[in-house]
Amino acid sequence: MAQIRVENLRKQFGDFAAVEDSTFTVQDGEFLALLGPSGCGKTTTLRMIAGLELPTSGKILLDGEDVTFNRASARDIAFVFQLFALYPHMNVRKNIGFPLLSQGVPKEEIKKRVEETARLLQISHILDRSVSGLAGGDRQRVALGRAIVRRPKCFLMDEPLGTLDAEFREVMVHELRELHNRIHATTVYVTHDQHEAMAMADKIAVMNHGVIEQYGTPQEIYARPVSMYVADFIGSPPMNFLRFKSGLENGATTVELGNVPVRVPQVYAAHEPGELALGVRPEHVRFSDAAPLRGAVYGSEYLGTNQIVSVETAQGLVKARVPANRNFTIGENVGLELNSDKLSLFDCGSGKAIPSSLYAEVNHG
Amino acid sequence: MSSATSAHSVVEPSATTKRIAGIIVVLYAVITMVPLAWIFMTSFKSPPDSISYPPKVVFTPTLEGYCNLFTTRTRQTPEYIQSLGPPQSICDEITRSRNMVIAGPSNYWPRFTNSMVIAFGSTFLAVFLGTLAAYGFSRFRVPLADDLMFFILSTRMMPPIAVAIPIYLMYRELGLSDTALGMILLYTAVNVSLAVWLLKGFIDEIPREYEEAAMIDGYTRLQAFRKVVLPQATTGIAATAIFCLIFAWNEYAFAVLLTSGSAQTSPPFIPTIIGEGGMDWPAVAAGTTIFLVPILVFTILLRKQLLRGITFGAVRK
Repeated sequence: MAQIRVENLRKQFGDFAAVEDSTFTVQDGEFLALLGPSGCGKTTTLRMIAGLELPTSGKILLDGEDVTFNRASARDIAFVFQLFALYPHMNVRKNIGFPLLSQGVPKEEIKKRVEETARLLQISHILDRSVSGLAGGDRQRVALGRAIVRRPKCFLMDEPLGTLDAEFREVMVHELRELHNRIHATTVYVTHDQHEAMAMADKIAVMNHGVIEQYGTPQEIYARPVSMYVADFIGSPPMNFLRFKSGLENGATTVELGNVPVRVPQVYAAHEPGELALGVRPEHVRFSDAAPLRGAVYGSEYLGTNQIVSVETAQGLVKARVPANRNFTIGENVGLELNSDKLSLFDCGSGKAIPSSLYAEVNHG
Repeated sequence: MSSATSAHSVVEPSATTKRIAGIIVVLYAVITMVPLAWIFMTSFKSPPDSISYPPKVVFTPTLEGYCNLFTTRTRQTPEYIQSLGPPQSICDEITRSRNMVIAGPSNYWPRFTNSMVIAFGSTFLAVFLGTLAAYGFSRFRVPLADDLMFFILSTRMMPPIAVAIPIYLMYRELGLSDTALGMILLYTAVNVSLAVWLLKGFIDEIPREYEEAAMIDGYTRLQAFRKVVLPQATTGIAATAIFCLIFAWNEYAFAVLLTSGSAQTSPPFIPTIIGEGGMDWPAVAAGTTIFLVPILVFTILLRKQLLRGITFGAVRK
């Protein structure tokens, strides 16, 4: 297994920059999710690491060795494709053994290792079946088998669960993470699905327009998003933004929403007057009759253990995740209390988070 | 439209439609088969039977046509024929009954062999070059790819006879006239455009991920092409090969102009059989029947691929 280091990686297709100046490191044995909407450059980044695309500029290092311009076949990495790309003219056994064949592994050894891999993935019973008749989950496992049989330096996966139905995807998320825990393979996993990323990854890189907006653990990214884009992309429902106009002094601990003062984590940098947004996760909003921040109930979604209540305030719509046991009537006037320790402040112009005590230890990209 | 009372399907044609379609197909098959059946029957007729009017459908089969096809004969006096020993073969016997003796083998087999060498040689070359070119066009960013593809196709747009004279002159200068190599090159040039176009369609349908997966799995692009792309392109390759072979096998215009002796193919040779001693239709029919065999065998062997080839992969599962 290996460490992957990407330095100032850039990929240009004509006038369009698919990936701009990405730098990150995946430590040995770590599971990194590249997360972002389609067209954000995550797949291009992955394909460059694999050697299926050549970067316009920048470097890719595997275990410190510069492989930027090495052939894909010379990199000793495995890639799981979105549509699995199982060779249709070979059966399961041959598919899994195919990477070993290229390395000149003796037949007996191939047989042994294919069977070992099949046991690990619990697909021993389908080894001699044709791949065309397999169900989605089994195809997925065969694709994984083909990836792990060679014990490569790292795994690259391009939305491998994208074509599975929702119910089965959950099972596979679990299986993939379990597999990772067992073999500790350095993994880069591309997905547009935040749940997959949050559930599996040790680190997440949120990408947008070819740029890595934030790189960090799922907890960091969720609790301390460095931009409104990340705050909005992660979490369902996403973070609420209460927009207001104000300036900030260095060391400020309150902001004025309309005329209502709200306590926030200590601000570390003065900010020119302008449009700001107070970011709050739905679970950090509570209902309190006496609270001075008021709004009218706009609607609610019942989710079983809790409910999402939307409240129209002067600063915008706020969604609150609250226990399911209280009924709200639409139009009802309610008071909102925000959890002061968990609030983020953003500059609406740049979309960036304003440094505060909450962000003290965040790695910015 | 009472879907409740009868199991009437919207997509399945009804039984009546199917029956009518079946009758049309059978009729069409019969119509196309009649000339072939006629040629086959004529090849077993005696020369008088072959030109009798009204045409004979019931006749006594004879191998005379085939004997005449494979031999050259000279007329002899009955006394001379009597003086010969017993006939060596059935052909000997038939020939003597016409007051002739076999003088030697005809040129049919050498011409047939020429056809085989030239048709299969040019088909192999056209498909080989076509597959590589089609793969290149399909997978790489080729500058002016669309223009090049059109240019390749445009070689098929004029009738072959329009370029026959310049090619004849060129070949005379180059010493390629009446050589198998010259004919192979010519048919390859004509067929390669068809091969590139057909095969590009087939290769476009093979997802790139397969090769990418193979390259990740440690194979070079060429190995990936051979081990992953080729096996999946077999259908397209087989279909293309049949089309190329049929063209090269049946081609007449270039063959009659550019070959006369050692490299002559069957199509220009078969009509010349008529000239040897009257209208020998059974021999011509026999020559045509044998001429049909290789293409028939090849087509039957690859008929599944041909069917998919004609529909251009539209019936992909």
